[in-house]
Amino acid sequence: MAGNEEPPVDYIEVTRRTYDALGYPPYTWTHSEDRTPWTPLAKPLADCRIGLIASGGIYRQGQIAFHYRDDASYRVIPRDVPTDELRATHFAYDTRDARSDINVVFPIDTLRAMVRDGEIAALTAQSYTFMGGIYSARRVREQLAPELVERMIEQGADAVLLVPV
Amino acid sequence: MTSAWSITAAVNPPRAAFVDYPLGHTTGRPHDPTGQRRLLQAAFAAFRDVTEPGTIIDLSLRWDHQAWRADPMRGDSLTAPQAEPGSTPGQSDSRTERFDTPQYQSEEDRRRAELRHGEEIACRACVGFDD
Repeated sequence: MAGNEEPPVDYIEVTRRTYDALGYPPYTWTHSEDRTPWTPLAKPLADCRIGLIASGGIYRQGQIAFHYRDDASYRVIPRDVPTDELRATHFAYDTRDARSDINVVFPIDTLRAMVRDGEIAALTAQSYTFMGGIYSARRVREQLAPELVERMIEQGADAVLLVPV
Repeated sequence: MTSAWSITAAVNPPRAAFVDYPLGHTTGRPHDPTGQRRLLQAAFAAFRDVTEPGTIIDLSLRWDHQAWRADPMRGDSLTAPQAEPGSTPGQSDSRTERFDTPQYQSEEDRRRAELRHGEEIACRACVGFDD
């Protein structure tokens, strides 16, 4: 990291202070002690079908919006979605810029441009979105994440871009 | 992608690209397609360049001011309480209240969703609405 710059915000520490100030018990963060799984990319990016999964509370107009209390559901967004039909709601970030340009949390136009110019081969037919801030790590680990993995494999993704907020 | 280094380091994914922007801008600044494109290109280079599992690469992107760091977890500006000026980050909860009903961006969105989904709207933890 370059010198004379502020270090990254330590959100674990900020959250600890918030919970202390509110008198809540400390939040239990996920610490993965397992060996990190590793799969090298088998071919050049220009030959890869890329999937997109984003946790910024993005939905398409006509879909049911997310709620703010442990919502572990997800939404399916087709790759040809009109950008102006995408929406964002979330309790823990300022959504003004996302509502003005959804690409700041769901880079659908960016990825479509990269496909158009041959930097990546294709997008999967479906992208998936959910609502971050799910308190139950167990529900994510046992329910949401395995289902999204399965769907991305069905979609034939060679690699998946994960965009948390 | 990540804008929260410590959380990502704790979760320990195979590869990550760090963008030091305020939450809600993990893939760029609004209305900046050139910058958004450059950001993703740099992040995608991690697929080629990262060989050590658990590596977080710093894309060396910084916001144009640092004031956001004073209240980095502020929720929707229209509904969330504002932190006191000069307070320590995290001293108060400036996130938005945890409603357990769908939070639409607009009333029009609510109307359209209710037209399409009717009673299903009562489902609070459904997985995988297909459209």
